[in-house]
Amino acid sequence: MAIVDLVINTQHPLQAVPPDWPGGFWWHWLFFTVVLIVFVLVMVMAVIYIERRGMGRMQSRLGPNRTGPFGIFQPVADAVKVLLKENIVPTNADKLVHWLAPVVAFAPALLIFAVVPFQNGALLADLDIGILYVVAISSVSTLGIFMAGWGSSNKYSLLGAMRNVAAIVSYEIPLVLAVVGVVLIAGSLSMNQIVLAQGIPFILLQPLGFLIFFIAGCAEINRSPFDLMEADSELVAGFHTEYSGMKFAMFYLVEYAEAVAISAIITTLFLGGWRGPVLPPWLWFIVKVVIVFFVMVWTRTTLPRIRIDQLMAFAWKCLFPLAVINLLITALQVLTLSQDLIWVMIPVNIAIMAVLVLLWSKFFKLGWGRVEV
Amino acid sequence: MTIETKEMMLRTEPFVLNFGPVHPSTHGVYRMRATLDGEVVLDIEPVFGYLHRGIEKLAEQRTFTGFIPLTDRLDYVSSMSNNLAYVMAVEKLAGIKVPERAEYIRVIMAELQRIANHLIANGSFLNDCGAYFTPFLYMFREREKIIDLFEMVSGQRLTYNYMRVGGVSQDIPDEFLPALAKFVKQMPGKVDEYDRLLKQNEILLARAKGVGIISKEQAVNCGISGPILRASGVKWDWRRADPYSIYDRFEFDIPTASDGDCYDRFRVRMEEMRQSLRIVEQAMKQIPAGPVRAEVPHIVRPPAGEAYVHIEAPKGELGFYLVSDDSIAAYRCHVRPTSLINLTALREMVRGWKIADLIIIFGSIDICLGEVDR
Repeated sequence: MAIVDLVINTQHPLQAVPPDWPGGFWWHWLFFTVVLIVFVLVMVMAVIYIERRGMGRMQSRLGPNRTGPFGIFQPVADAVKVLLKENIVPTNADKLVHWLAPVVAFAPALLIFAVVPFQNGALLADLDIGILYVVAISSVSTLGIFMAGWGSSNKYSLLGAMRNVAAIVSYEIPLVLAVVGVVLIAGSLSMNQIVLAQGIPFILLQPLGFLIFFIAGCAEINRSPFDLMEADSELVAGFHTEYSGMKFAMFYLVEYAEAVAISAIITTLFLGGWRGPVLPPWLWFIVKVVIVFFVMVWTRTTLPRIRIDQLMAFAWKCLFPLAVINLLITALQVLTLSQDLIWVMIPVNIAIMAVLVLLWSKFFKLGWGRVEV
Repeated sequence: MTIETKEMMLRTEPFVLNFGPVHPSTHGVYRMRATLDGEVVLDIEPVFGYLHRGIEKLAEQRTFTGFIPLTDRLDYVSSMSNNLAYVMAVEKLAGIKVPERAEYIRVIMAELQRIANHLIANGSFLNDCGAYFTPFLYMFREREKIIDLFEMVSGQRLTYNYMRVGGVSQDIPDEFLPALAKFVKQMPGKVDEYDRLLKQNEILLARAKGVGIISKEQAVNCGISGPILRASGVKWDWRRADPYSIYDRFEFDIPTASDGDCYDRFRVRMEEMRQSLRIVEQAMKQIPAGPVRAEVPHIVRPPAGEAYVHIEAPKGELGFYLVSDDSIAAYRCHVRPTSLINLTALREMVRGWKIADLIIIFGSIDICLGEVDR
């Protein structure tokens, strides 16, 4: 990271432009592409280790501890095991679609990182429409998952894929509405500008937005309690039931790369990105990503899964109205309040969130969902 | 001008999804063919027999004592109760009186087995709900202690083969009662912990409350027994209705619920664990000294006749019907399997619910394939 520091230090700290690498655009592109791929792969291994060990601890067992000190080579062992497996394609599968699906699912997970700032200005492309790009790209992985479900010619896979499409189409809306709140306060769509605007982390100014984004984000990437697409107790393994070998490894990679991506976006939008005292910025960024991911592991070990109709109802009857109200309140605050009053808004917004969430939970009824047949 | 609405609508067809015999949530090798309309379950058709071993027929070729290990393999997560029901049937057939101490040991074992079984039932039920193994492993942590106790007395950890005609195979070791006292002291706190963690869990309530209802009348008509029957509001328990062994000496309540949904079954099992602990605690204090086995020859030869014995096994009424023709083996042995009969109401419970509900309703019935197929 010394090179990154060198690059960054040549600029003014608040000047948010991509680092001017000697040699121009292509050197910059090559350098960050390599950094991003290495970062994603290493982070995926790290979070797999954190998840398996963390879940082990939470479930009153040890977790993997045989490969290397504290089992840190477990992800490597997993990867080697999976890569050596035979690649089985079902007879009736649509071969091309079945083969292409993991690639289509993996590409967007990697592409998201292009606009995520690791420290001030250190990102592949500081797009003016950064967050819009993230929202657009992240929906593409749905296509890969649906291709996997369709191409496998397996009913479990198809059901999982159908659920996935339904869920993502629904959860995209509260997700985007929660982002708009942040964009209104920051006044920019650029990820780097959003971080620079966070004198106070936006989680304090936008607690409800954070909650909606976190929940919808979990639903987008199939993390528990919204992991209906690969619900192991219902659909065996959902869309990747028929995958083995390298292609399964790709899906495994996608799952965790997406988790890292959504953690990185949450970090950037709500937790102040790379900002923080003492530690170097990129380390702050990684620490925050790991913390967000840890919360996801925590919810996964704690909560049961919800049902598909409850999932849809939750998106449309709970998250969507709350996101709209949040957007309205944020817009009013941005319009009427000056920058000096920003500290006052923290307790007010937290109170608004508490009231709204409690109010909405009252509407929740139990024991519905049966269809007369 | 009217538009034919029927033609405008997208025509969909129900499709058949095959659950099992190899599926993570069929609790063994149960298989059902589910007819689905999208996510909605229209109908299910169970397919039995993947674990059929002909245990009832095997009883005819073995001595009465030699059949005891096979009863372990019926409902293999509550072997002690199977042992108990079978040896009670043989004792009834041969008219054998069981010593006092043996009766107490049997009751302690049966009640510990009930706790162990309910721990598995609730743990795997929550696993079916999608709580990724956490409650399952928490409950296995406690079950482990019960298994340690069983290992102390029988040397086995799953198929105990502990009861004998006329008593139990051996006396409890000296360290058993202190270990049991420690367990009885710890366990209520653990049950409270599960209650705190799960009772008001919003997602669990949303998933289980009002789902898979079976009414009082339906439950009785289907011959359902055990926690499922009691969750539907029928206060029926063989330990009270026909006190076998020495159950009339203990104070305990029969927990019931009113709705008959998955959540109630879960709650009833939780409560039953508490009641079982009460029984164990009382039995532990009252246990007398003395022999643990009546003077019974190794090869029992009951007089010709027949006997039926039912006990309240963890999953419900478990019955053994034995016919003797005055030989060393049973002429006919029939098991009244709890799981199989409880399963008969599954279709009524799941119709109209979603696939995810099918799984949790099935999980809440708590079956064991070893007993369904025999």
